[in-house]
Parts: sequence; C-alpha cells; structure tokens
Amino acid sequence: MSIVSSSSTKMYGLVAEYAEPSDIMKAAKAIRHAGFTKMNAYTPFPVHGLDEAIGFKDHRLKWLVFACGLTGMLGGMGLQYYTSVIDYPWNVGGKPLFSWPAFIPVTFECTILLSAFGAVFGMLAMNKLPKPWQPIFSAKNFERATNDRFFLYIDQSDKIFDVKTTKDLLLSTGALEVSELVTTQEGY
Amino acid sequence: MATKYQLEDKFIEGQQSYDKITQDVTELSLQNKNHGNRWFMFIGMGFLGANLLIISIAYLLYQGIGIWGNNQPVNWGFDIINFVWWIGIGHAGTLISAILLLVRQKWRNSINRFAESMTLFAVMCAGLYPLLHTGRPWVDYWMFPYPNILGMWPQFRSPLIWDVFAISTYFTVSLLFWFIGLIPDLATMRDRATKKGVKRLLGILALGWNGSVKHWHRYEVAYVILAGLSTPLVLSVHSIISLDFAVSIVPGWNVTIFPPYFVAGAVFAGFAMVLTFMLPIRSWYNMKHLITMKHLDWMAKIMLATGLIVFYGYIMEIFYASYSGNLYELFLKDNRLTGPYAWAYYSLILCNGLVPQVLWSPKIRQSVPALFIVSTFISIGMWLERFVIIPVSLHRDYLPSSWGMYTPTIWDFGMFLGTIGFFVMMMFLFLRFIPIINI
Repeated sequence: MSIVSSSSTKMYGLVAEYAEPSDIMKAAKAIRHAGFTKMNAYTPFPVHGLDEAIGFKDHRLKWLVFACGLTGMLGGMGLQYYTSVIDYPWNVGGKPLFSWPAFIPVTFECTILLSAFGAVFGMLAMNKLPKPWQPIFSAKNFERATNDRFFLYIDQSDKIFDVKTTKDLLLSTGALEVSELVTTQEGY
Repeated sequence: MATKYQLEDKFIEGQQSYDKITQDVTELSLQNKNHGNRWFMFIGMGFLGANLLIISIAYLLYQGIGIWGNNQPVNWGFDIINFVWWIGIGHAGTLISAILLLVRQKWRNSINRFAESMTLFAVMCAGLYPLLHTGRPWVDYWMFPYPNILGMWPQFRSPLIWDVFAISTYFTVSLLFWFIGLIPDLATMRDRATKKGVKRLLGILALGWNGSVKHWHRYEVAYVILAGLSTPLVLSVHSIISLDFAVSIVPGWNVTIFPPYFVAGAVFAGFAMVLTFMLPIRSWYNMKHLITMKHLDWMAKIMLATGLIVFYGYIMEIFYASYSGNLYELFLKDNRLTGPYAWAYYSLILCNGLVPQVLWSPKIRQSVPALFIVSTFISIGMWLERFVIIPVSLHRDYLPSSWGMYTPTIWDFGMFLGTIGFFVMMMFLFLRFIPIINI
C-alpha cells in the first residue's frame, strides 16, 4: 500500500506540448481568444510576442532598477559628502572640501552597482526564484521545455476551465500532446 | 523523436536542430569522454602555475614586497603592468557580451559566455596585484568606507580609491552578468543530466528556472539593463585606471588622451586574448560549426579597428611631447626612442602597430594559424605597452640624481607566470563543467 493516497494528489491544470515557436504562438492566441486568463507558456528560449499573446505585462522591474540607481547615485555622493566635508574634513592641496568633480567616479560606480543589484535580484524576486522545485516540473515531457519543446499551461482555477472541453480545445490548436498536470501534495 | 529544423541564425552553419545544438554544447560539460589527454595536460600546467602563484604570494606575505623589483624611482613595476594588462583582457569579455547584445548582433551568442568567463578570471588575476601591492593585504578592507574607531575615512579625491570602487563594482557586475546568462543553460543541463547528484547540484544552481514566458520577460529586461550598465561600466573602469596615471604629474602620464587610448587598448588586448584561447579550443572540441569563420572575421576586424586607435595613441604621444615644448616631456620621448628601454618601445610598435596591419587582408582574417599568431603578437604588444608607459616613464623623470633602472626579480616573474597558470586552470575547469556556448 502506498503511503501517498490518491486523495492527496492535486490536479493543477492542463499542459499542451508544441514543436515550434510559431505553433505555440498561434495556440496561445487562440486560447486567449477563447477567454482563458490563467495561463502560462514555457519555452527553451524567449519567444518574442508570446508574453503579449498570453496577456502578460509587467513594467515594475525597469522602475525598480531606476529607483536602485537613483539610490546608488544619491547614496554614493552623500557618502562622499558626509565623509569628506562633515565627518573628516581634510585639506588636500587647498582644494575645497566639497570638490565634487573628484567625487563623480565613485558616485558613478555606486549608481551602476546598485542598479545591477536591482536588475538581478529584482528579476529573481519577481520571478519568485530561487525555487528549485515547482509543480510544473511534474508535467509530462517537461524536461524538454529547456531544450526543444514549447509548453502551454492552463490553470484549473480559470473560470471557464473544464478538463474535457479545454483538452479538446488545446488539441485543436495543434498540440502534439495534452496531459493533466498532477502532483502529490508532498511534491516530488 | 527526430527533430530537424533549419534555424534562423545564419551564423551557425549546417543543418542544425535545437536538440542537436543543445546536445553538442551540454555534452562537453556532462560527459567526460570528450575531454582527452589535452585537457589533462593543460589543467596540469595550469595547476602547476596556480601552485607557483600560491608560493609567490606566500613568500610575499612572509617577506614583504621588497622581494619585487620595484623600488625608488620605479615604484610601480610588474604589479601595475600586470594589473592593467589583466584588467584590459577582462574588458573584451564584457564588451563582447554587452555591446553586441545592445546592438543586436546575433553572432555574439557563440562567443559571449567564453568571453565573460575570461573576464571573470582575468579580473581575479588583476585584482590580486593592487591588493598585494598595498604591502599589508590583511588590512585591505581599510580601503572601503566603513565607520571605524580610528575616525578616518578613505580619501575620495584620490584616483586610487576610485580604483577600489571601479574594480570591485566591475567584478561584482561581471559575476552577476555571467551568472544570470548562465541560469537558463544550467536549467537545460539540469534537465539533461542523468546522474542524480549532478542533477541535484544543477537543480540548485539553476534556481528552479522553468522557462516560463513571464520569467523570460523579466529576464530579458534585466539582461538588457545589465548589458546597458556594463558598457559604460567598462569604459569607466579603464578610464579610471588611466586616471591613476593621467592625474599624476609624471612626464608621459599627464596627458588627456589616456582614457580613450586605454579603453581602446583594453578592447584590442582582450579580443586578442579571446582569439588566442578560442582558436585552439575551437578546433580541439570540433566547434567549427558554432564558432564560424564569420565570427573570427568580425573579431579580427574589431582588433584591426581598435589597433588603429591604439596606434594613433602612440603617434599622439610623440606629437604631444614634441609640441608641448616641455623639457621633461621632450626628454621622455627621446628616452623612449633611444634610452635603455628602447628595445621595449620598438617591440611594442612592431607588435601593436605593424603586425596587426596584416588583418587588412581577408586571406589572413580567414586563416586560423595566422590569426593565432597575430593575436599572440598583440597580447605581447599590449603587455609591452604598459611596460613602456610605467617603468620607462618612472625610471628617469625630473631629477637626474634620482634616476635608476628597473629590474624585475624572479618573484615578479613567478607571480606573473602564476597568474597565467591560474587563468589557464580556471579556463579549462570552466570548459569542463560549464556550457561554453549559450544553448
């Protein structure tokens, strides 16, 4: 008898597999046209326009990077102002204490550093990574999603989701295969 | 299932399928059989070199920097020459990745990973020199601004403190750029790995990448922004390094052309080093269809262009000195051309000025052995350029009574060979364990 009883498995949604970027593009448009909203696509490389096709928009990252860069710039200049003018005024060759042109390089480097942190860590955080295992990894054939196959996923929580009709719809869009994404609650 | 598609990428030759490319690239990392005796030979040589580096550093820490040849009046010797040389090599990697991405050059995909890894290892080698040259590397953290009981802060008007910020930012950003470029490829390897332990390790490193379009969307935004940040960063780093010289009053250093001239030199040296390493690896690992003659041709053209800028820099240096009417600048020019280190100057002109001119010929640009020879010449030439700028300017400046000669010691050479060994070792480890080409 297995420890994991069938009652603890969970159906997440349907996964359709495609062979070409153009196929999944057409399919995504069709599915969206049919009124589905909770969907996602998985591809081995970025397929341009597919994000729009599934109705995904997110401009937060750019603004986050901008904010980080601004913080870096003000912080860098502020640090130098505080240390060279307020906390440790030191006369070097009669130069003014706030000799700002000499502070530009460090300000610049701080701007770049913080923007880069914003871009990388912001991207990871918004993508909810690192997260080494996710339910989608249980999908059939999914190890090819990073190689040569394109997957379209429809979540079962979608208002118009129905296992049978949705499956038929996906098959009609030219999917090679449509399977249910089922995992046990325990994962793995 | 057989998958055969004609890829759109015209820079990859032959009938390639997505699967075929994935296989070609990941096999190098996931299987041992592709790495023969040559790999062991080079990793062995690199390992010996890395040991030499450890010994050189250990003795340096024990004895102090008196074991090096630099002393008054030449207080910057091999340490700074090699520092600038290595960092210049590193710059090509970032520029290849970042600029070519920004201008949407598809051919970058075959070389950028290789070049970025080179950057990382080269910056590691470069960073060692100034850190050790401080004499008491165990208190190097004093260079960073942190509240301390001494109540002191770093001197932000000094180009040397700009260096600290520039190099540490550069290394950090290069590492992030390299790593986020690697994430999707690590995921591919995770999904292809067959051994459980390897799969688990790659699973951790890939951070759970799943190829979702939402992920790709933010990923691409982040990647392009990083490229956009890296490009001015590279220019700033080498400009700041050139300001270490240009801000001083030493004859031959105090010139405004230094920042662009150093940046061009860095790109020149870096592309030469990429080629020197890549050409043998390309033929040993049968990567001729991924790194094609077109790539090599483009890289040769970039070398030619940056080489001409550098050559223009040499001419301008002579012009500046002659036109300045300044006694010391005039003397420096004569000393370069006819002084005790004139051999270095003429070898420099030969390696960086004359030899690269053969790249005008398409035949040479299409010949792998010729490119290998030319890029080796350039690597040597760029090292000589820093030699001509640093010790040759310092050894005879204002006061004839304090003139002197610079003779590097065995420990200078030990450290230099050691960093080369370390670099070779890291590159071959990279070749073995990480996909060298973007999948």
